Amino acid sequence: MARKRREAPSAVVRGRLTPYLYLLPAFLVYAGFLLYPLLRAAQFSLYDWPGFGPSTFVGLGNYVDLLSDRRFLAAVTHALTLIIFYSILPLVVGLVLAAILRRGKVKGLGVFRVLIFMPQVIALVVVAVAWYQIYAPNGYLNALLSAVGLEGLTRGWLGDPTFALPAVGMVGFWLQTGLVMLLLLAGMGRIPNDQYEAARLDGAGPIREFFAITLPAVKAEITTALVLTIIAALKTFDLVYVTTGGGPGTATTVPSYEVYNRAFNLKEVGSASAVAVVLTILVFLINVVVSRIGEEKR
Amino acid sequence: MRVSALEKTANYVILSLFALYAIFPIVTIAVTALRPKIGVTDPGLHIENFAEAWELGKFGSALTNSVLVALLVVSVALTFSVLAGYAFGTMRFRGSTFLFYLFLLGLMVPAEAIVIPLFFDLRTLGLTDTIWAVALPQIAQSVAFGTFWMRSQFRAMPPNLIEAASIDGAGGLRALVRIMIPPALPSIATVAVLMFMWTWNEFLIPLVMSPSGVWRTAPLGLSIFKGQYTADHALLSAAGVIIAAPIVVAFLFLQRYFINGMLEGAAKE
Repeated sequence: MARKRREAPSAVVRGRLTPYLYLLPAFLVYAGFLLYPLLRAAQFSLYDWPGFGPSTFVGLGNYVDLLSDRRFLAAVTHALTLIIFYSILPLVVGLVLAAILRRGKVKGLGVFRVLIFMPQVIALVVVAVAWYQIYAPNGYLNALLSAVGLEGLTRGWLGDPTFALPAVGMVGFWLQTGLVMLLLLAGMGRIPNDQYEAARLDGAGPIREFFAITLPAVKAEITTALVLTIIAALKTFDLVYVTTGGGPGTATTVPSYEVYNRAFNLKEVGSASAVAVVLTILVFLINVVVSRIGEEKR
Repeated sequence: MRVSALEKTANYVILSLFALYAIFPIVTIAVTALRPKIGVTDPGLHIENFAEAWELGKFGSALTNSVLVALLVVSVALTFSVLAGYAFGTMRFRGSTFLFYLFLLGLMVPAEAIVIPLFFDLRTLGLTDTIWAVALPQIAQSVAFGTFWMRSQFRAMPPNLIEAASIDGAGGLRALVRIMIPPALPSIATVAVLMFMWTWNEFLIPLVMSPSGVWRTAPLGLSIFKGQYTADHALLSAAGVIIAAPIVVAFLFLQRYFINGMLEGAAKE
Protein backbone atom coordinates (compact mmCIF):
# COMPACT_ATOMS: atom_id res chain seq x y z
CA MET A 1 0.00 0.00 0.00
CA ALA A 2 2.97 2.21 0.57
CA ARG A 3 3.91 2.17 -3.08
CA LYS A 4 3.88 5.35 -4.99
CA ARG A 5 0.60 5.58 -6.71
CA ARG A 6 0.68 5.78 -10.46
CA GLU A 7 -1.79 7.76 -12.45
CA ALA A 8 -4.27 5.35 -14.00
CA PRO A 9 -3.73 4.92 -17.72
CA SER A 10 -6.03 6.91 -19.92
CA ALA A 11 -9.56 5.65 -19.95
CA VAL A 12 -10.64 3.40 -22.77
CA VAL A 13 -14.23 3.90 -21.97
CA ARG A 14 -15.85 7.26 -21.97
CA GLY A 15 -19.42 6.52 -20.89
CA ARG A 16 -19.93 7.91 -17.41
CA LEU A 17 -21.71 4.88 -16.06
CA THR A 18 -19.52 2.29 -17.76
CA PRO A 19 -16.95 1.87 -14.95
CA TYR A 20 -19.76 1.25 -12.49
CA LEU A 21 -21.23 -1.42 -14.74
CA TYR A 22 -17.93 -3.31 -14.66
CA LEU A 23 -17.85 -3.04 -10.88
CA LEU A 24 -21.45 -3.98 -10.34
CA PRO A 25 -21.32 -7.81 -10.27
CA ALA A 26 -18.31 -7.89 -7.94
CA PHE A 27 -19.77 -5.18 -5.77
CA LEU A 28 -23.18 -6.83 -5.42
CA VAL A 29 -21.82 -10.16 -4.25
CA TYR A 30 -19.22 -8.48 -2.07
CA ALA A 31 -21.70 -6.11 -0.45
CA GLY A 32 -24.38 -8.75 -0.04
CA PHE A 33 -22.26 -11.54 1.35
CA LEU A 34 -19.48 -9.73 3.17
CA LEU A 35 -20.25 -6.10 4.00
CA TYR A 36 -23.90 -6.57 4.86
CA PRO A 37 -23.31 -9.59 7.14
CA LEU A 38 -20.52 -7.64 8.84
CA LEU A 39 -22.99 -4.87 9.70
CA ARG A 40 -25.56 -7.46 10.73
CA ALA A 41 -23.01 -9.02 13.09
CA ALA A 42 -22.59 -5.63 14.75
CA GLN A 43 -26.37 -5.39 15.03
CA PHE A 44 -26.77 -8.94 16.40
CA SER A 45 -24.17 -8.16 19.06
CA LEU A 46 -26.57 -5.66 20.64
CA TYR A 47 -29.23 -8.28 21.31
CA ASP A 48 -29.77 -11.22 23.57
CA TRP A 49 -30.96 -14.00 21.27
CA PRO A 50 -30.81 -17.80 21.46
CA GLY A 51 -31.10 -18.19 17.66
CA PHE A 52 -34.88 -18.60 17.55
CA GLY A 53 -37.93 -16.78 18.87
CA PRO A 54 -37.90 -13.21 20.14
CA SER A 55 -34.76 -11.24 20.91
CA THR A 56 -34.12 -8.64 23.60
CA PHE A 57 -32.20 -5.44 22.98
CA VAL A 58 -29.39 -5.20 25.51
CA GLY A 59 -27.31 -2.37 24.04
CA LEU A 60 -23.65 -2.91 24.82
CA GLY A 61 -24.57 -5.46 27.49
CA ASN A 62 -22.93 -8.35 25.64
CA TYR A 63 -19.67 -6.45 25.41
CA VAL A 64 -19.82 -5.49 29.09
CA ASP A 65 -20.41 -9.14 29.98
CA LEU A 66 -17.34 -10.15 27.98
CA LEU A 67 -15.13 -8.04 30.23
CA SER A 68 -15.83 -10.36 33.14
CA ASP A 69 -16.34 -13.52 31.10
CA ARG A 70 -13.57 -15.95 32.07
CA ARG A 71 -14.01 -18.14 29.00
CA PHE A 72 -13.64 -15.12 26.77
CA LEU A 73 -10.69 -13.67 28.67
CA ALA A 74 -8.99 -17.05 28.54
CA ALA A 75 -9.61 -17.18 24.78
CA VAL A 76 -8.03 -13.76 24.25
CA THR A 77 -5.03 -14.68 26.40
CA HIS A 78 -4.60 -17.85 24.38
CA ALA A 79 -4.79 -15.95 21.10
CA LEU A 80 -2.07 -13.58 22.30
CA THR A 81 0.04 -16.55 23.38
CA LEU A 82 -0.45 -18.15 19.98
CA ILE A 83 0.91 -14.99 18.34
CA ILE A 84 4.28 -15.83 19.90
CA PHE A 85 4.20 -19.24 18.25
CA TYR A 86 2.63 -18.20 14.96
CA SER A 87 4.46 -14.93 14.38
CA ILE A 88 7.36 -14.08 16.64
CA LEU A 89 9.14 -17.46 16.61
CA PRO A 90 8.70 -17.98 12.86
CA LEU A 91 9.98 -14.47 12.25
CA VAL A 92 13.11 -14.98 14.37
CA VAL A 93 13.85 -18.43 12.97
CA GLY A 94 12.89 -17.36 9.45
CA LEU A 95 15.21 -14.35 9.59
CA VAL A 96 18.15 -16.42 10.74
CA LEU A 97 17.59 -19.14 8.15
CA ALA A 98 16.98 -16.70 5.30
CA ALA A 99 20.03 -14.63 6.20
CA ILE A 100 22.22 -17.71 6.25
CA LEU A 101 20.88 -18.81 2.88
CA ARG A 102 21.23 -15.38 1.34
CA ARG A 103 24.96 -15.41 2.03
CA GLY A 104 25.60 -18.69 0.35
CA LYS A 105 24.22 -19.26 -3.10
CA VAL A 106 22.28 -22.43 -2.73
CA LYS A 107 21.49 -24.58 -5.71
CA GLY A 108 18.26 -26.53 -5.84
CA LEU A 109 16.45 -23.84 -3.91
CA GLY A 110 13.42 -24.61 -6.10
CA VAL A 111 13.08 -28.10 -4.66
CA PHE A 112 13.52 -26.86 -1.10
CA ARG A 113 10.99 -24.13 -1.74
CA VAL A 114 8.41 -26.69 -2.76
CA LEU A 115 9.03 -28.85 0.31
CA ILE A 116 9.15 -25.95 2.74
CA PHE A 117 6.02 -24.41 1.30
CA MET A 118 4.01 -27.63 1.52
CA PRO A 119 2.40 -26.95 4.96
CA GLN A 120 0.67 -23.87 3.53
CA VAL A 121 -1.06 -25.86 0.84
CA ILE A 122 -2.64 -28.64 2.83
CA ALA A 123 -6.04 -28.15 4.48
CA LEU A 124 -5.67 -27.30 8.15
CA VAL A 125 -7.96 -30.18 8.93
CA VAL A 126 -5.47 -32.64 7.48
CA VAL A 127 -2.63 -30.84 9.24
CA ALA A 128 -4.61 -31.11 12.46
CA VAL A 129 -5.14 -34.85 12.00
CA ALA A 130 -1.42 -35.37 11.36
CA TRP A 131 -0.39 -33.47 14.49
CA TYR A 132 -3.16 -35.06 16.50
CA GLN A 133 -1.45 -38.38 15.85
CA ILE A 134 2.01 -37.05 16.57
CA TYR A 135 0.82 -35.76 19.96
CA ALA A 136 -1.28 -38.82 20.82
CA PRO A 137 -0.35 -40.84 23.97
CA ASN A 138 0.95 -43.61 21.67
CA GLY A 139 2.11 -41.12 19.04
CA TYR A 140 5.44 -40.25 17.43
CA LEU A 141 6.48 -37.58 19.89
CA ASN A 142 6.20 -39.90 22.87
CA ALA A 143 7.89 -42.68 20.93
CA LEU A 144 10.77 -40.32 20.19
CA LEU A 145 11.06 -39.26 23.83
CA SER A 146 11.07 -42.88 25.00
CA ALA A 147 13.69 -43.78 22.41
CA VAL A 148 16.10 -41.19 23.82
CA GLY A 149 15.42 -42.24 27.40
CA LEU A 150 13.03 -39.45 28.38
CA GLU A 151 10.01 -41.65 29.21
CA GLY A 152 9.35 -39.38 32.17
CA LEU A 153 8.31 -36.56 29.82
CA THR A 154 5.79 -38.56 27.81
CA ARG A 155 2.13 -37.61 28.09
CA GLY A 156 -1.03 -37.08 26.08
CA TRP A 157 0.11 -33.67 24.90
CA LEU A 158 -3.23 -32.30 23.76
CA GLY A 159 -5.02 -33.59 26.84
CA ASP A 160 -2.62 -31.98 29.29
CA PRO A 161 -3.91 -28.57 30.51
CA THR A 162 -0.37 -27.16 30.72
CA PHE A 163 0.94 -28.42 27.41
CA ALA A 164 -2.14 -28.36 25.18
CA LEU A 165 -1.79 -24.69 24.18
CA PRO A 166 1.95 -24.81 23.44
CA ALA A 167 1.28 -28.02 21.49
CA VAL A 168 -1.27 -26.20 19.33
CA GLY A 169 1.17 -23.30 19.11
CA MET A 170 3.94 -25.52 17.80
CA VAL A 171 1.67 -26.56 14.95
CA GLY A 172 1.37 -22.86 14.13
CA PHE A 173 5.15 -22.52 14.24
CA TRP A 174 5.49 -25.45 11.89
CA LEU A 175 2.83 -23.99 9.60
CA GLN A 176 4.20 -20.45 9.30
CA THR A 177 7.99 -20.67 9.49
CA GLY A 178 8.43 -21.84 5.90
CA LEU A 179 6.19 -19.11 4.53
CA VAL A 180 7.97 -16.43 6.55
CA MET A 181 11.36 -17.70 5.48
CA LEU A 182 10.46 -17.71 1.78
CA LEU A 183 8.97 -14.25 2.05
CA LEU A 184 12.15 -12.93 3.66
CA LEU A 185 14.34 -14.77 1.20
CA ALA A 186 12.47 -13.12 -1.67
CA GLY A 187 13.10 -9.73 -0.06
CA MET A 188 16.76 -10.46 0.57
CA GLY A 189 17.18 -11.56 -3.04
CA ARG A 190 16.71 -7.95 -4.06
CA ILE A 191 19.69 -6.72 -2.03
CA PRO A 192 22.50 -6.00 -4.49
CA ASN A 193 25.56 -8.16 -3.93
CA ASP A 194 27.94 -5.20 -3.97
CA GLN A 195 26.41 -3.94 -0.72
CA TYR A 196 27.68 -7.08 0.93
CA GLU A 197 31.02 -6.83 -0.84
CA ALA A 198 31.45 -3.26 0.40
CA ALA A 199 30.55 -4.23 3.93
CA ARG A 200 33.10 -7.02 3.87
CA LEU A 201 35.78 -4.74 2.59
CA ASP A 202 34.97 -2.55 5.58
CA GLY A 203 35.58 -5.58 7.72
CA ALA A 204 32.00 -6.32 8.75
CA GLY A 205 31.37 -9.82 10.07
CA PRO A 206 28.21 -11.81 9.40
CA ILE A 207 26.42 -10.36 12.41
CA ARG A 208 27.11 -6.72 11.62
CA GLU A 209 26.30 -7.43 8.01
CA PHE A 210 22.93 -8.81 9.12
CA PHE A 211 22.00 -5.79 11.21
CA ALA A 212 23.45 -3.19 8.86
CA ILE A 213 22.30 -4.50 5.48
CA THR A 214 20.00 -7.47 5.55
CA LEU A 215 17.56 -6.46 8.27
CA PRO A 216 16.86 -2.90 7.03
CA ALA A 217 16.33 -4.17 3.50
CA VAL A 218 13.53 -6.55 4.44
CA LYS A 219 11.43 -4.22 6.63
CA ALA A 220 8.55 -4.47 4.21
CA GLU A 221 8.66 -8.27 4.18
CA ILE A 222 8.82 -8.37 7.97
CA THR A 223 5.73 -6.20 8.15
CA THR A 224 3.91 -8.42 5.71
CA ALA A 225 4.97 -11.57 7.51
CA LEU A 226 3.79 -10.19 10.84
CA VAL A 227 0.41 -9.11 9.52
CA LEU A 228 -0.21 -12.44 7.79
CA THR A 229 0.87 -14.64 10.68
CA ILE A 230 -0.79 -12.62 13.45
CA ILE A 231 -4.07 -12.76 11.58
CA ALA A 232 -3.59 -16.49 11.08
CA ALA A 233 -2.98 -16.85 14.83
CA LEU A 234 -6.19 -14.98 15.61
CA LYS A 235 -8.16 -17.08 13.16
CA THR A 236 -7.04 -20.50 14.37
CA PHE A 237 -10.38 -22.22 14.14
CA ASP A 238 -10.02 -25.49 12.21
CA LEU A 239 -6.96 -26.55 14.15
CA VAL A 240 -8.59 -26.08 17.55
CA TYR A 241 -11.90 -27.54 16.40
CA VAL A 242 -10.26 -30.75 15.21
CA THR A 243 -7.48 -31.26 17.76
CA THR A 244 -8.84 -30.12 21.13
CA GLY A 245 -12.31 -28.59 20.78
CA GLY A 246 -11.00 -25.81 23.02
CA GLY A 247 -10.15 -28.24 25.82
CA PRO A 248 -9.13 -29.66 28.15
CA GLY A 249 -11.47 -27.36 30.05
CA THR A 250 -10.83 -24.01 28.40
CA ALA A 251 -7.09 -24.60 27.99
CA THR A 252 -6.98 -24.07 24.22
CA THR A 253 -10.08 -22.07 23.42
CA VAL A 254 -9.52 -19.05 21.15
CA PRO A 255 -11.83 -16.19 20.09
CA SER A 256 -12.64 -17.70 16.70
CA TYR A 257 -13.61 -20.96 18.40
CA GLU A 258 -15.67 -19.02 20.95
CA VAL A 259 -17.63 -17.38 18.12
CA TYR A 260 -18.67 -20.77 16.81
CA ASN A 261 -19.14 -22.35 20.23
CA ARG A 262 -21.34 -19.56 21.57
CA ALA A 263 -23.51 -19.28 18.48
CA PHE A 264 -24.05 -22.94 17.69
CA ASN A 265 -23.42 -24.93 20.87
CA LEU A 266 -24.37 -22.55 23.67
CA LYS A 267 -27.10 -20.76 21.67
CA GLU A 268 -25.88 -17.32 22.70
CA VAL A 269 -25.97 -15.62 19.32
CA GLY A 270 -25.68 -12.08 20.70
CA SER A 271 -22.62 -12.88 22.76
CA ALA A 272 -21.08 -14.82 19.83
CA SER A 273 -21.57 -11.80 17.59
CA ALA A 274 -19.95 -9.55 20.18
CA VAL A 275 -16.91 -11.84 20.19
CA ALA A 276 -16.91 -11.78 16.37
CA VAL A 277 -16.96 -7.98 16.35
CA VAL A 278 -14.14 -7.79 18.89
CA LEU A 279 -12.13 -10.27 16.81
CA THR A 280 -12.66 -8.21 13.65
CA ILE A 281 -11.65 -4.99 15.39
CA LEU A 282 -8.55 -6.74 16.71
CA VAL A 283 -7.59 -7.88 13.20
CA PHE A 284 -8.08 -4.34 11.87
CA LEU A 285 -6.08 -2.74 14.64
CA ILE A 286 -3.20 -5.15 14.21
CA ASN A 287 -3.17 -4.50 10.46
CA VAL A 288 -3.07 -0.76 10.99
CA VAL A 289 -0.53 -0.77 13.82
CA VAL A 290 1.90 -3.20 12.20
CA SER A 291 1.72 -1.44 8.83
CA ARG A 292 2.26 1.93 10.50
CA ILE A 293 5.31 0.70 12.36
CA GLY A 294 6.63 -0.90 9.19
CA GLU A 295 6.27 2.34 7.24
CA GLU A 296 7.71 4.59 9.90
CA LYS A 297 10.98 2.75 10.08
CA ARG A 298 11.52 2.77 6.37
CA MET B 1 30.83 -13.05 -3.54
CA ARG B 2 32.77 -16.10 -2.56
CA VAL B 3 31.33 -18.57 -0.15
CA SER B 4 33.50 -21.15 1.53
CA ALA B 5 32.85 -24.84 0.98
CA LEU B 6 32.18 -25.24 4.66
CA GLU B 7 29.54 -22.55 4.67
CA LYS B 8 27.95 -24.03 1.58
CA THR B 9 27.72 -27.44 3.20
CA ALA B 10 26.26 -25.94 6.34
CA ASN B 11 23.61 -24.19 4.26
CA TYR B 12 22.57 -27.44 2.62
CA VAL B 13 22.42 -29.19 5.97
CA ILE B 14 20.26 -26.44 7.47
CA LEU B 15 17.93 -26.34 4.46
CA SER B 16 17.61 -30.11 4.38
CA LEU B 17 16.85 -30.38 8.07
CA PHE B 18 14.29 -27.65 7.80
CA ALA B 19 12.69 -29.20 4.72
CA LEU B 20 12.52 -32.52 6.57
CA TYR B 21 10.84 -30.83 9.51
CA ALA B 22 8.33 -29.19 7.16
CA ILE B 23 7.28 -32.41 5.49
CA PHE B 24 7.62 -34.77 8.45
CA PRO B 25 3.97 -34.59 9.58
CA ILE B 26 2.85 -34.93 5.98
CA VAL B 27 5.01 -37.98 5.41
CA THR B 28 3.82 -39.36 8.73
CA ILE B 29 0.23 -39.28 7.64
CA ALA B 30 1.04 -40.91 4.31
CA VAL B 31 3.00 -43.68 6.04
CA THR B 32 0.40 -44.25 8.75
CA ALA B 33 -2.27 -44.58 6.06
CA LEU B 34 -0.52 -47.71 4.79
CA ARG B 35 -0.18 -49.38 8.19
CA PRO B 36 -2.57 -52.06 9.42
CA LYS B 37 -5.75 -50.71 10.96
CA ILE B 38 -6.90 -51.75 14.41
CA GLY B 39 -7.50 -55.49 14.58
CA VAL B 40 -5.40 -56.28 11.51
CA THR B 41 -2.11 -58.05 12.06
CA ASP B 42 -0.90 -58.77 8.50
CA PRO B 43 2.38 -57.07 7.78
CA GLY B 44 2.89 -55.21 4.53
CA LEU B 45 1.28 -52.19 2.93
CA HIS B 46 -2.43 -51.85 3.49
CA ILE B 47 -3.67 -50.02 0.43
CA GLU B 48 -7.18 -51.26 1.20
CA ASN B 49 -7.31 -48.67 4.02
CA PHE B 50 -8.02 -46.06 1.37
CA ALA B 51 -10.98 -47.96 -0.04
CA GLU B 52 -12.37 -48.53 3.42
CA ALA B 53 -11.93 -44.92 4.54
CA TRP B 54 -13.49 -43.79 1.25
CA GLU B 55 -16.57 -45.95 1.92
CA LEU B 56 -16.91 -45.18 5.62
CA GLY B 57 -16.48 -41.44 5.23
CA LYS B 58 -18.62 -41.16 2.07
CA PHE B 59 -15.75 -39.21 0.56
CA GLY B 60 -17.15 -39.74 -2.94
CA SER B 61 -19.92 -37.24 -2.31
CA ALA B 62 -17.74 -34.96 -0.17
CA LEU B 63 -15.14 -34.67 -2.95
CA THR B 64 -17.85 -34.13 -5.57
CA ASN B 65 -19.25 -31.31 -3.42
CA SER B 66 -15.79 -29.82 -3.03
CA VAL B 67 -15.21 -29.87 -6.78
CA LEU B 68 -18.58 -28.29 -7.53
CA VAL B 69 -18.21 -25.58 -4.88
CA ALA B 70 -14.65 -24.80 -5.98
CA LEU B 71 -15.64 -24.61 -9.67
CA LEU B 72 -18.51 -22.28 -8.86
CA VAL B 73 -16.47 -20.05 -6.57
CA VAL B 74 -13.43 -19.80 -8.84
CA SER B 75 -15.32 -19.23 -12.10
CA VAL B 76 -17.67 -16.59 -10.71
CA ALA B 77 -15.13 -14.85 -8.48
CA LEU B 78 -12.54 -14.77 -11.25
CA THR B 79 -14.94 -13.28 -13.82
CA PHE B 80 -16.21 -10.63 -11.41
CA SER B 81 -12.68 -9.80 -10.25
CA VAL B 82 -11.37 -9.32 -13.78
CA LEU B 83 -14.26 -6.99 -14.62
CA ALA B 84 -13.86 -4.99 -11.41
CA GLY B 85 -10.06 -4.96 -11.63
CA TYR B 86 -10.38 -3.66 -15.21
CA ALA B 87 -12.50 -0.75 -14.02
CA PHE B 88 -10.22 0.09 -11.09
CA GLY B 89 -7.04 -0.41 -13.08
CA THR B 90 -7.81 1.47 -16.28
CA MET B 91 -10.71 3.86 -15.76
CA ARG B 92 -11.15 7.13 -13.94
CA PHE B 93 -14.40 7.65 -12.15
CA ARG B 94 -15.93 9.35 -9.17
CA GLY B 95 -15.55 7.45 -5.92
CA SER B 96 -12.99 4.99 -7.30
CA THR B 97 -10.62 5.44 -4.35
CA PHE B 98 -13.38 5.01 -1.79
CA LEU B 99 -14.78 1.95 -3.55
CA PHE B 100 -11.33 0.42 -3.84
CA TYR B 101 -10.68 0.81 -0.12
CA LEU B 102 -14.07 -0.70 0.53
CA PHE B 103 -12.97 -3.81 -1.38
CA LEU B 104 -9.63 -3.78 0.40
CA LEU B 105 -11.45 -3.95 3.71
CA GLY B 106 -12.73 -7.37 2.71
CA LEU B 107 -9.19 -8.78 2.85
CA MET B 108 -9.21 -8.26 6.60
CA VAL B 109 -12.68 -9.49 7.55
CA PRO B 110 -12.42 -12.92 9.14
CA ALA B 111 -15.01 -15.53 8.16
CA GLU B 112 -15.87 -15.80 11.84
CA ALA B 113 -17.28 -12.28 11.73
CA ILE B 114 -19.77 -12.85 8.95
CA VAL B 115 -20.77 -16.48 9.35
CA ILE B 116 -23.35 -15.97 12.13
CA PRO B 117 -25.59 -13.44 10.39
CA LEU B 118 -25.11 -15.28 7.09
CA PHE B 119 -26.40 -18.47 8.67
CA PHE B 120 -29.48 -16.94 10.26
CA ASP B 121 -30.36 -14.65 7.35
CA LEU B 122 -29.91 -17.35 4.71
CA ARG B 123 -31.87 -19.79 6.88
CA THR B 124 -34.75 -17.31 6.90
CA LEU B 125 -34.55 -17.23 3.10
CA GLY B 126 -34.46 -21.04 3.01
CA LEU B 127 -31.01 -21.02 1.40
CA THR B 128 -28.94 -22.87 4.01
CA ASP B 129 -28.02 -26.38 2.88
CA THR B 130 -27.78 -25.21 -0.73
CA ILE B 131 -24.59 -24.79 -2.74
CA TRP B 132 -25.29 -21.03 -2.78
CA ALA B 133 -25.03 -20.74 0.99
CA VAL B 134 -21.63 -22.42 0.88
CA ALA B 135 -20.33 -20.71 -2.28
CA LEU B 136 -21.59 -17.11 -2.19
CA PRO B 137 -19.75 -16.02 0.99
CA GLN B 138 -16.57 -17.55 -0.42
CA ILE B 139 -17.14 -15.80 -3.76
CA ALA B 140 -17.41 -12.52 -1.82
CA GLN B 141 -14.12 -13.19 -0.02
CA SER B 142 -12.35 -14.25 -3.20
CA VAL B 143 -13.69 -11.23 -5.10
CA ALA B 144 -12.15 -8.91 -2.52
CA PHE B 145 -8.72 -10.41 -3.10
CA GLY B 146 -9.22 -10.94 -6.84
CA THR B 147 -10.25 -7.35 -7.52
CA PHE B 148 -7.25 -6.09 -5.61
CA TRP B 149 -4.95 -8.45 -7.53
CA MET B 150 -6.38 -7.77 -11.01
CA ARG B 151 -6.34 -4.02 -10.44
CA SER B 152 -2.60 -4.01 -9.86
CA GLN B 153 -2.05 -6.28 -12.88
CA PHE B 154 -4.02 -4.03 -15.22
CA ARG B 155 -2.44 -0.90 -13.75
CA ALA B 156 1.00 -2.27 -14.45
CA MET B 157 0.24 -2.69 -18.14
CA PRO B 158 1.79 -0.16 -20.51
CA PRO B 159 -0.66 2.72 -21.06
CA ASN B 160 0.02 2.80 -24.80
CA LEU B 161 -1.39 -0.71 -25.07
CA ILE B 162 -4.70 0.58 -23.83
CA GLU B 163 -4.47 3.73 -25.92
CA ALA B 164 -3.82 1.65 -29.00
CA ALA B 165 -6.91 -0.34 -28.24
CA SER B 166 -8.97 2.74 -27.88
CA ILE B 167 -7.65 4.27 -31.11
CA ASP B 168 -8.52 1.07 -32.93
CA GLY B 169 -12.01 1.63 -31.67
CA ALA B 170 -11.97 -1.38 -29.46
CA GLY B 171 -13.83 -0.10 -26.45
CA GLY B 172 -14.82 -1.76 -23.23
CA LEU B 173 -15.32 -5.47 -23.21
CA ARG B 174 -13.54 -6.10 -26.51
CA ALA B 175 -10.43 -4.26 -25.35
CA LEU B 176 -10.52 -6.26 -22.15
CA VAL B 177 -10.85 -9.64 -23.82
CA ARG B 178 -8.59 -9.03 -26.82
CA ILE B 179 -5.89 -6.80 -25.40
CA MET B 180 -5.83 -6.76 -21.64
CA ILE B 181 -6.46 -10.38 -20.73
CA PRO B 182 -3.95 -12.24 -22.94
CA PRO B 183 -0.80 -10.71 -21.39
CA ALA B 184 -2.36 -11.03 -17.93
CA LEU B 185 -3.07 -14.75 -18.26
CA PRO B 186 -0.21 -15.95 -16.03
CA SER B 187 -1.34 -13.71 -13.22
CA ILE B 188 -4.97 -14.71 -13.78
CA ALA B 189 -3.85 -18.33 -13.50
CA THR B 190 -2.11 -17.51 -10.24
CA VAL B 191 -5.13 -15.93 -8.64
CA ALA B 192 -7.32 -18.80 -9.89
CA VAL B 193 -4.99 -21.30 -8.24
CA LEU B 194 -5.08 -19.39 -4.95
CA MET B 195 -8.88 -19.09 -5.01
CA PHE B 196 -9.15 -22.80 -5.71
CA MET B 197 -6.86 -23.69 -2.82
CA TRP B 198 -8.64 -21.44 -0.34
CA THR B 199 -12.04 -22.77 -1.36
CA TRP B 200 -10.91 -26.39 -1.28
CA ASN B 201 -9.47 -25.98 2.21
CA GLU B 202 -12.22 -23.80 3.70
CA PHE B 203 -13.72 -25.27 6.83
CA LEU B 204 -15.87 -22.86 8.83
CA ILE B 205 -18.21 -21.69 6.07
CA PRO B 206 -19.32 -25.17 4.87
CA LEU B 207 -19.50 -26.31 8.49
CA VAL B 208 -21.97 -23.60 9.42
CA MET B 209 -23.80 -22.98 6.16
CA SER B 210 -24.77 -26.60 5.52
CA PRO B 211 -25.91 -27.83 8.93
CA SER B 212 -27.54 -30.99 7.59
CA GLY B 213 -24.37 -31.90 5.74
CA VAL B 214 -25.81 -32.16 2.20
CA TRP B 215 -23.12 -29.76 1.06
CA ARG B 216 -20.44 -31.26 3.23
CA THR B 217 -17.09 -30.60 1.54
CA ALA B 218 -13.97 -32.73 1.86
CA PRO B 219 -12.37 -31.06 4.93
CA LEU B 220 -15.67 -31.38 6.81
CA GLY B 221 -16.00 -35.00 5.79
CA LEU B 222 -12.59 -35.55 7.35
CA SER B 223 -13.50 -33.83 10.62
CA ILE B 224 -16.64 -35.93 10.96
CA PHE B 225 -14.67 -39.04 10.07
CA LYS B 226 -12.21 -38.15 12.80
CA GLY B 227 -15.05 -37.88 15.28
CA GLN B 228 -16.00 -41.47 14.53
CA TYR B 229 -12.66 -43.17 13.94
CA THR B 230 -10.36 -41.14 16.19
CA ALA B 231 -8.64 -44.21 17.57
CA ASP B 232 -7.92 -45.82 14.22
CA HIS B 233 -4.94 -43.84 13.02
CA ALA B 234 -4.50 -45.90 9.86
CA LEU B 235 -8.03 -45.23 8.59
CA LEU B 236 -7.95 -41.62 9.76
CA SER B 237 -4.67 -41.05 7.94
CA ALA B 238 -5.99 -42.70 4.81
CA ALA B 239 -8.92 -40.30 4.94
CA GLY B 240 -6.49 -37.40 5.41
CA VAL B 241 -4.51 -38.46 2.36
CA ILE B 242 -7.70 -38.65 0.29
CA ILE B 243 -8.56 -35.04 1.19
CA ALA B 244 -5.05 -33.63 0.77
CA ALA B 245 -4.03 -35.55 -2.36
CA PRO B 246 -5.84 -33.43 -4.98
CA ILE B 247 -4.38 -30.16 -3.73
CA VAL B 248 -0.90 -31.64 -3.21
CA VAL B 249 -0.87 -33.01 -6.77
CA ALA B 250 -2.09 -29.65 -8.07
CA PHE B 251 0.61 -27.93 -6.02
CA LEU B 252 3.38 -30.12 -7.38
CA PHE B 253 2.33 -29.37 -10.97
CA LEU B 254 1.50 -25.69 -10.51
CA GLN B 255 3.91 -24.82 -7.71
CA ARG B 256 5.19 -21.77 -9.54
CA TYR B 257 1.71 -20.25 -9.45
CA PHE B 258 1.09 -21.24 -5.83
CA ILE B 259 4.34 -19.94 -4.40
CA ASN B 260 4.75 -16.82 -6.49
CA GLY B 261 1.11 -16.00 -5.96
CA MET B 262 1.28 -16.30 -2.22
CA LEU B 263 4.54 -14.42 -1.92
CA GLU B 264 3.55 -11.67 -4.35
CA GLY B 265 0.04 -11.36 -3.04
CA ALA B 266 1.44 -11.06 0.45
CA ALA B 267 4.05 -8.53 -0.58
CA LYS B 268 1.48 -6.30 -2.24
CA GLU B 269 -0.80 -6.19 0.75
